[in-house]
Amino acid sequence: MESLYPPIVNGKAVYDLNSQKYLRVWQGPQHPGVTGNMSLELDICGDQVIKCNTHVGYLHRGFEKLMERRRYINCFPIVCRICVPEPDTNEYLFAAAMEDLMGLEIPEKALWLRTLDLELSRLASFLMHLGGQSGAFGMGTVAQWTIAYRDYVLDLFEELSGARIYHMYMTPGGVRGDLPDGWIAHARKVLDGAAKLLDEIRHVMLNNVLFKQRAVGLGVITLDMVDRYGIVGPNARCTGLKRDVRKDQPYLVYDQLNFDVETETAGDAYSRTLIRWRETHQSISLCHQILDKMPKTGAVHVTLPNVLHLKVPAGQTYVRAESTRGEYGYFMVSDGSEYPRKLTVRGPSYTHAMALLEDLLVGVNIADVAGLMVSLHTYPPEIER
Amino acid sequence: MEQLFKELKHHFAVMELTIKHPDLAFLQVPREQLVSLLTHLRDIKGYTHLVMVTCIDYLEENTFLLTYLLHNYAAKTDLGVQVPLNRAEPVMESIHHLWEQGRVYQRELYEMFGIDFPGSPDVHEPMILEGWQGPPPMRRDFDTKAFSEATYSHRPRDHKEPEEYMKQQLYPED
Repeated sequence: MESLYPPIVNGKAVYDLNSQKYLRVWQGPQHPGVTGNMSLELDICGDQVIKCNTHVGYLHRGFEKLMERRRYINCFPIVCRICVPEPDTNEYLFAAAMEDLMGLEIPEKALWLRTLDLELSRLASFLMHLGGQSGAFGMGTVAQWTIAYRDYVLDLFEELSGARIYHMYMTPGGVRGDLPDGWIAHARKVLDGAAKLLDEIRHVMLNNVLFKQRAVGLGVITLDMVDRYGIVGPNARCTGLKRDVRKDQPYLVYDQLNFDVETETAGDAYSRTLIRWRETHQSISLCHQILDKMPKTGAVHVTLPNVLHLKVPAGQTYVRAESTRGEYGYFMVSDGSEYPRKLTVRGPSYTHAMALLEDLLVGVNIADVAGLMVSLHTYPPEIER
Repeated sequence: MEQLFKELKHHFAVMELTIKHPDLAFLQVPREQLVSLLTHLRDIKGYTHLVMVTCIDYLEENTFLLTYLLHNYAAKTDLGVQVPLNRAEPVMESIHHLWEQGRVYQRELYEMFGIDFPGSPDVHEPMILEGWQGPPPMRRDFDTKAFSEATYSHRPRDHKEPEEYMKQQLYPED
């Protein structure tokens, strides 16, 4: 029998598209499971993918270039737009990098409010992902439940910060304001409802034989791939590694909270979904813990000098935080002027969607492409910045 | 970190150690020694995770400062390895054989800064800016305004005062 794969000439595979053996199809740039625009150029033979090229660039707005020409505080409304479903990690990291370079200490209460905001945004992002994951395997019901429920979490954000998507709540020096009256009661009600919804999702999605048949054994990440590809977050934890920035290098108040690092050992799409489902529960529990332990009074921000003429001392720093996809980092370089010299965003999707996905997709049936792509949990805006 | 720096000094021409935090430091190394230093750090010193590769453009010093950030999961420390490159001759050795994601970072650096990495897979393929004709846009001497004025034609805006305009639309006789 002839080989499935095309001949390689000068290091490049040469396809005879007229031979009717190969077909080139595009998946994307629109896909509801991937929040943003990203397309996969698939070369298929029969119903098997033999080569994948990820194409990004549909969302490029040149944020890193824009930020080199803006004052630090003017960069602040830009950074949250780097990751749409989970903007708070960007806000926190930008503020933390600035505070690190300036040597600012922020008040105790602001630390707790920041952690609360981060965990709520993780909850919203996980809800969106679980919906996308089940939708990619043809179960739209769970997607409708979770996207609808995410709106209740967004309502909480609106009450807290005035905005639903881009909150801009964590400003350099602290947070913008204290919790409004009655917010804690609303939050607890929403969190309890989310826990109930997750149990239903377990019955409908995780225990569903069709979901298991398609997700078990799909896109297996092995232990030796983790460092070779720079895999982080749930994608690394599904191989059994206990790696979580919140535990390894605790920031904010994560060292005072009680939680475990969730791991699985199978490394496939199903175990990744399982980890994310458990981490959604974990986020709910962490939010409850924060509401219990948070100091009731205290300052929520320090007073900065006039932010329009703020000069950040020269130096370079790297700060990281655990987003829903794994380690998220900001590398900030200042030359002592009012403008940042360089700001690089390290998004976890960068390696997951480009290097890893291109190699994992080889040999996969085209019906499972969407499920595998979503199971790596990519948000394309952070690839191109 | 100081201990590591002392040990590295026996084998490599490392210089300018700056310790930002106990778990974050930056050092500089000449261009020829970068790949061997990264291999040494990865295989012997436990810096197995390549966090990111980026480039800082120092236009006034005519230098690109390529920055490779490595993370050690066992010791929980970060090390930034920086390589000064001459802006006139931006060529660097590739690290795609050490880390698979290296090829993606190098593709982006070629596109955004024009730094070439010979041997890296698909490094000259457009990644984000498909069909881009101009100079590498992330360089500091790239003027976005001048470029867009030279590249795109001006589209004049037809501006109307809302009050006047509505008056004309609704009560043309007056």
